[in-house]
Amino acid sequence: MPGRLNWAGRMVCFGGIVWREALRFAKQRERFLAALVRPLVWLFIFAAGFRSVLGVSIVEPYSTYVLYEVYIAPGLCAMIQLFNGMQSSLSMVYDRETGAMRTLLVSPYPRWFLLTAKLMAGVAVSIAQVYAFLLIAWFWGIEPPLIGYLTVLPALVLSGMMLGAMGLFLSSAIRQLENFAGVMNFVIFPMFFASSALYPLWRMEESSLLLYRICRLNPFTYSVELIRHALYGQLDGHALVVVVGVTALFLCGAIYAYDPSKGLIGRKGGR
Amino acid sequence: MSTHEPLALRVAGVSHAFGRTRALRDVSLDVMAGRFTALLGVNGAGKTTLFSLITRLYDNVGGTIEVGGHDVRREPGPALARMGVVFQSRSLDMSLTVRQNMRYHAALHGIGRREARGRGDAALDRVGLLDRADARVATLSGGQTRRAEIARALLHDPKLLLLDEATVGLDVQSRLDVVAAVRGMVAEQGVGVLWATHLLDEIAPGDDVVVLHEGAVLARDTAAALAANGTLSDAFLALTGAAPAERVA
Repeated sequence: MPGRLNWAGRMVCFGGIVWREALRFAKQRERFLAALVRPLVWLFIFAAGFRSVLGVSIVEPYSTYVLYEVYIAPGLCAMIQLFNGMQSSLSMVYDRETGAMRTLLVSPYPRWFLLTAKLMAGVAVSIAQVYAFLLIAWFWGIEPPLIGYLTVLPALVLSGMMLGAMGLFLSSAIRQLENFAGVMNFVIFPMFFASSALYPLWRMEESSLLLYRICRLNPFTYSVELIRHALYGQLDGHALVVVVGVTALFLCGAIYAYDPSKGLIGRKGGR
Repeated sequence: MSTHEPLALRVAGVSHAFGRTRALRDVSLDVMAGRFTALLGVNGAGKTTLFSLITRLYDNVGGTIEVGGHDVRREPGPALARMGVVFQSRSLDMSLTVRQNMRYHAALHGIGRREARGRGDAALDRVGLLDRADARVATLSGGQTRRAEIARALLHDPKLLLLDEATVGLDVQSRLDVVAAVRGMVAEQGVGVLWATHLLDEIAPGDDVVVLHEGAVLARDTAAALAANGTLSDAFLALTGAAPAERVA
């Protein structure tokens, strides 16, 4: 029995956590559809309406003027991951209320490992969603270079990790499921709108310097830029550093919060 | 070797507080391998808090908790690997089938897919649920869900089985089935069981009984010895001043 506590056992454990997440996701078809419809609505309707209003001049990584829908596609990829990250945090709160969280936490493997595995499982699901979106977007004329579909993968992993880690940390702080509406209003929307997802930051700078600075402080901006550059085969080093740093920060915070000897769970009575 | 340790669980001098509320005061108890030990106490006695400490959901600041000789603070991995738990709240994934739940749990203990299938089916067979293996958990009755949770808790071959009010909300027949299933594990596999309950009729004369009241252990003996001068109910009343439930009303 103790032999299973080695790394081979951990890999089995990791595989099991990802498998369960995928299975749950496959069973929730409406969740997949919702996750796909949301960015598509932005792409098909919002972007179509705004393409005449907003011309996007040449900004990196684009080598020419681009249509508005081409500009916002990477931001919508990040939005999928943002929603997914927050949704996994919702499922963590749900798991805690139903007792499924306890099932996870009585596994003999270290808690940092279990939480990271849970996080990666959520990231894997979000990446599947992003690729489904990119496939449909391709038929809509969003055609990044083919190599971009490959180079965007590590960017999606990192960005998904960052947003998932933020969600994980939030899940330790949210007491009840009902608070998720608050997460929508106070986390998802501000992060999405105060970023470079929908407009290049130089445009924001023209209209409000304060908002521009807020956007520059928003980690989601770096998630978007990392994905945007990677989709065109480029690396945004600054964004990479920020995304890795913020991931580490929130992941440590979440592991701390879920640690029985230090964290917040015991103080709250374990629910 | 710890695997031959006759002591499945040792709790020594454990205290715990939530803020200023002291939930447990200097609690000590032992669960021997192959013994059914009842943790008897009214609601709010501290049973669930003790379970949360043993399972490392909370950290035990004062005292020692050892599972099969492994301290849960210093060696949480080996301690948790030797432990099977049935929580008070239902903790199976309702949207998955029984077998899928088994496979998930096995993976959490590092048991691969093929081995999980064999072990899962054997465990389900022992609790009489093999024919429901491919049913979604949401379609099971309360008693069946409990038995499935017991099968799951035994999947990784633990030496200690913890059950927190496992029969709450079950009808009489389901309650009997669940108790019988657990007693079967004790007899056949030598598992040490800590069975938290407030129901006297779940306790047999030969069982070890630990009476927990307001966070403190008031008595540790066999049920027969405790009831030497009357019934177990009288003994409990004399110790705690509170009347236990004979059975579910």
